[in-house]
Amino acid sequence: MIALSGVWLALGERPVLRDVSFDVQAGQTKVILGNSGSGKTTILRVILGLNRPDRGSIRVDGQEITELDERHLIRVRQNMAMVFQGSALFDSLTVHENVGYRLWEHGRLPDEAIEQTVRESLQFVGLADCVDKMPAELSGGMRKRVGIARALASGAKILLYDEPTGGLDPINACMINRLITKLRTKGITQVVVTHDLDTAYRVADRIVMIQRGRVIFDGTPDRLKQSDDPAIRGFIEPGSLTTDWEAFAKAPNPVD
Amino acid sequence: MAAPREQPPRSTPGDSVVTGSFALRSTLIGYVLVVQEFTTLCGQAVAGLVRPPWYVRETLYQIDRIGVGSVFIVVLTGMFTGMVLALQGAVQLQPYGATMYVSRLISTSVVLELGPVLAALMIAGRVGSGIASEIASMKVTEQIDALRAEGTDPIQKLATTRLVACVLMIPVLTIITNGIAIFGGWLIARLSLGIDSYFYWTWAFEAIEQRDIVLGLVKPAVFGFIIAMVGCYAGFQTKGGTVGVGRSTTQSMVSSSILILATDFLLTKLFMAFP
Repeated sequence: MIALSGVWLALGERPVLRDVSFDVQAGQTKVILGNSGSGKTTILRVILGLNRPDRGSIRVDGQEITELDERHLIRVRQNMAMVFQGSALFDSLTVHENVGYRLWEHGRLPDEAIEQTVRESLQFVGLADCVDKMPAELSGGMRKRVGIARALASGAKILLYDEPTGGLDPINACMINRLITKLRTKGITQVVVTHDLDTAYRVADRIVMIQRGRVIFDGTPDRLKQSDDPAIRGFIEPGSLTTDWEAFAKAPNPVD
Repeated sequence: MAAPREQPPRSTPGDSVVTGSFALRSTLIGYVLVVQEFTTLCGQAVAGLVRPPWYVRETLYQIDRIGVGSVFIVVLTGMFTGMVLALQGAVQLQPYGATMYVSRLISTSVVLELGPVLAALMIAGRVGSGIASEIASMKVTEQIDALRAEGTDPIQKLATTRLVACVLMIPVLTIITNGIAIFGGWLIARLSLGIDSYFYWTWAFEAIEQRDIVLGLVKPAVFGFIIAMVGCYAGFQTKGGTVGVGRSTTQSMVSSSILILATDFLLTKLFMAFP
């Protein structure tokens, strides 16, 4: 469904992605794990075509997207939806208008069908009573859930999440994890960027681990837990003796 | 015995010339890039006019917000401009016994210069900076990326709609400014200078030629283009969180004001070249 091969990207002078290669099968939920500044968010951005890689290939649904111009990318993006880290809900629109944005924008469905989809999506995330609220009136967790409802209502086959549980309390984080798991059972292809191990273990079919722009692990959650790689052990057990704190402190500034 | 300390290499006058020339070059390249990006944005915004989707609802909303929302400030601008012109004009014309012709002075200066320029500067402050801060906020909160992710061209959705609204509404607002300024002049002429209303309005309209009206409408349309595009450019280029939003807003206000004044001079010169 999604295949990255030898992707390199530098933002300004700083290399962010270095020879990143992995794929995501249809219906799979893949978690991209890594510490802050490792390049996780940039991977989502290149998959969505928001950033163009310097080198390498990105295929979405069999189509090479690195050579496409913005107008053609808009078509490719119609099969994808992204839940942004800060939710990125449109301030000037109500929850209802935010959720149905893409459907109204492309005008392929009659209004009644759009209303129905919006209602169902908000029900799915447990926010059916927030239809007329403005984004500013919502809590952080609610905003994330509206972001998921917006992605869901779009009918996209691929959902991308950027730190879906970042900054949330454990109850809200658990609720978001459950929603992602629920969508996994519906057969939607999902890519989840997170540094939260709990989220990764709960929702992932497979995990890709990134360190300083490089893929250092690609496998199942069980294999990750059993890995002897010091970099991986240092991440999943940060309190253990294997963590090289001195090296961590000297690491380059975050570039996410 | 202490080892001789290693001396840092001395900089020569030639070094500073080289460093200076590199700095100058990078500054010049920076300006060229800004012009290139601005021109590209303008081209994309104009291209958005001729290809679907046409955001009619959004355009009408912007027309209301930019046009109707600015009526109050242009009325105040026009009123005080006209009143001041009447007072100052009368002082200048009195020694020649020509106070009754003050309306000629008011109408020509307002229609040709003061109306379009002052209205545009006031609108740049209200609307241009508003456009810049709104788009800048959307940029730093990832809403522009969200628009792209939702399959929307943000330039067509945000820039083209505001461009249409500004180019259509700023001439209308300028006509209002001109009318109110001449009316404000009449108030002073009638109440303070004792000029007959018939004389005032007759000379006011006789002084204006057809080409003055054309120039008085071409200018605000061009100023509308500048206000919209400079605001959008500043917004789309925003970096650096809330500090960046403030910077873009200020940049938009300053740049559009200077461009309005410079363009006013160029258009006036151009019209004078074709009598």
